[in-house]
Amino acid sequence: METSDTVDVVTTVDAKGQSCPMPILMAAKAAKELQPGQVMLIEATDNGSRSDVPAWVAQTGNELVDSREDGAVLRFWVRKN
Amino acid sequence: MSDTPESMTIIAFSGDLDKLWPTMILSSTGAASGMDVTVFFTFWGLFPLVRDDVRITGYDAMTKMLAGMNAPGFKKAKLSKLNMGGMGSWMMRKVAGKNKVLPPEQLFEMAQDMGVKMWPCQMTMDLLGIKLDQMRSGLGEPVGAATALSRMSKSQINLFI
Repeated sequence: METSDTVDVVTTVDAKGQSCPMPILMAAKAAKELQPGQVMLIEATDNGSRSDVPAWVAQTGNELVDSREDGAVLRFWVRKN
Repeated sequence: MSDTPESMTIIAFSGDLDKLWPTMILSSTGAASGMDVTVFFTFWGLFPLVRDDVRITGYDAMTKMLAGMNAPGFKKAKLSKLNMGGMGSWMMRKVAGKNKVLPPEQLFEMAQDMGVKMWPCQMTMDLLGIKLDQMRSGLGEPVGAATALSRMSKSQINLFI
């Protein structure tokens, strides 16, 4: 199975320190620049992102490749479809 | 995902700071999620759209007095409770800034950039004496209730805030 260790990250969205809805707005902006199949890494520290990023990924028809919590930082690897 | 994006229509009735926030958060997030979003501004919701350099709107003593008591512009918006003569809204903005929550006027601009349609209500503009050239740029042509309802009948999400 593909994980964060094996996937190629094209862009990193640094939303650390931002609050709702900024991580999602930043992710949407970055997703626009991606080609289908490319993966971006979203980093956030607000607790809302734990549910918001997966919800946004599902809503936009993209794919959540992997997610991890490293201390206070939530990381999401998202593939554009 | 189907080819037709999901659609959301928000009736922005309130001009209160703490209600403008959810309106702007939901509309910008909707656009970020690929939805076709329209915000229909009516009654007190029109005042925040007035440009910051316009001090007063209205066409006679009463409408001018209304605008005087409802200072136009996002930055003058009051809290729906605990406003305390502006102390409350000042504190709320301060706390929001500390927590990196964008103010509604910035979210409004981001939402506009992402394609959210901002439609002022023609009837309440006439009623309150607010002219299109006194309002922020980039708004849609003023529309009426039938246009709003026609959008809402095609929207999966309809909110009155």
